[in-house]
Amino acid sequence: MTTPEIPQRSWSQRWHVKAVGWTVLLVALLVGSSRMTGVDVGMFFSNFDQFTNLLVRMSQPAWSYVPIIIQPLYETIQMAILGTTIGTVFAVPFAVLAASNLVHNQWLRGFIRLILDLVRTLPDLLLAAIFVAIFGIGSTAGVITLAIFSFGMISKLFYEVIETIDMGPLEAMESVGASKVTIIWYAVLPQIMNQFVSYFLYTLEINVRASTVLGYLGAGGIGVFLQRSLSEFDYGKTAVIILATLVVVMVIDGVSNHLRRVLL
Amino acid sequence: MNMQTTMTNKPEKPVHLSPWRRWRWLIWLILVAGVYTWAITGLHFTGLQESAGSVSKSIVHGLVNPDWAYVYNGSGEDLVSLIIQTLAIALLGTFVSALISVPFAFWAARGDHEWGHLRSGSGKIVLTLIRTFPEIVLAIMFIKAVGPGSYAGVLAVSIHSIGMLGKLFSEAIENMDRGAEEAIVSAGGNSPQVFMLATIPTIMPEFISYTLYRFEIAVRSASILGMVGAGGIGTPMIFAIQTRAWSRVGIILLGIVVMVLLIDTLSEQLRKRLI
Repeated sequence: MTTPEIPQRSWSQRWHVKAVGWTVLLVALLVGSSRMTGVDVGMFFSNFDQFTNLLVRMSQPAWSYVPIIIQPLYETIQMAILGTTIGTVFAVPFAVLAASNLVHNQWLRGFIRLILDLVRTLPDLLLAAIFVAIFGIGSTAGVITLAIFSFGMISKLFYEVIETIDMGPLEAMESVGASKVTIIWYAVLPQIMNQFVSYFLYTLEINVRASTVLGYLGAGGIGVFLQRSLSEFDYGKTAVIILATLVVVMVIDGVSNHLRRVLL
Repeated sequence: MNMQTTMTNKPEKPVHLSPWRRWRWLIWLILVAGVYTWAITGLHFTGLQESAGSVSKSIVHGLVNPDWAYVYNGSGEDLVSLIIQTLAIALLGTFVSALISVPFAFWAARGDHEWGHLRSGSGKIVLTLIRTFPEIVLAIMFIKAVGPGSYAGVLAVSIHSIGMLGKLFSEAIENMDRGAEEAIVSAGGNSPQVFMLATIPTIMPEFISYTLYRFEIAVRSASILGMVGAGGIGTPMIFAIQTRAWSRVGIILLGIVVMVLLIDTLSEQLRKRLI
């Protein structure tokens, strides 16, 4: 009888080189980061009374402020709807061009995806600050910010959906000589419509959240009032605004979740 | 014979759509049209500023001719130092948040027990509340507590990220493979042993993957938190925009784009190796 072969651990497995390496790297990064950012746990607790003071003042919402913020809340939702729609309109052709099963030209596809990647790197508030500088204070800057933001997001979500479609109907239409546009209209669209609408609603949810703070930099909506209340140290108003935002976000999320469930 | 009878048989009732199904599309159309009319008429598009054209031109000029001297000048207030500071805020904030999120995730994850709905339901509500609380307001509140600077940014990121990480973690727990847990139970393990030897190793890769994903988002938010004074690259950015120093804006934008692209690629590679 031969002795059964026992699997041997290599030197690096025996001493867990990989795990130790990752841990050392992480600890080094964390220590470096806390040095860099001047994190001081003691200071947080020694100043904790200031923080609780703030919370106490926020826990007494100024309910009389509610009628004043209804209009800006509407404006916030309107900005989100328009911004998402404009972004989607521009996103659709880009999504088609970026889908690997529709466009076989690798260079074109790569170029389009590079543009989309670049657009997606820009944080929404940064865009808002720049567009406020261009278009002036108001909801125009907000709508354009949200349009660009949702363009980057939707085009990626859409081309990923397009890449999962069943190619059968496309090949059938191609074999009888249909044009590209006809193929997209009759073979691609019916397969993806529901998911498109679902992702549109999902982006709308995110944009409603985003649009509540865009006004902080002057891009319209409820954020303008948020900034005002904070700079006046009127935390009762801040609390009302945050609560109202919460209600709006939850209502929009609820409606959109319901619609998406009906669709899918 | 048989075939003929079946062929002459007519359906007893013609296919009849209920009025709701037949006119559904019209109702949707009217609804959608109504929503859009409301949205378009409600907004006041204050006509373009007269300076919009010249401002855009100088922005483009600034973007094409970035202020390269700002990249590094050893003062600690240059682009490279502040980008590293931004990354430090994101890294530390995400790490702390990941640690705090674990108990929240177990709180919000739906279990098999009957009373679980109350527990997980309340946990999910708390996570939604945290998620909806604007990160900027959090940053401003922490600035009041610890003063302006990156420390406030770290705190804002750590608290705000709990909302999303807790949700993702709890979903990972709900969908996890229970096989390993059952194996430890059947071998006579007690619940701490089940937790340490089965639960943690099973969900760890997903937790790390979600944390990396959240880190990508945190890098973006850390780069804008500076706009309210919470450290990082956002502070010089907002100053540059306010003083119309467009070549400075150009180089900072370039820096942020490169940083985010690098971090996204790196994190994506790491996540691919994890799962």
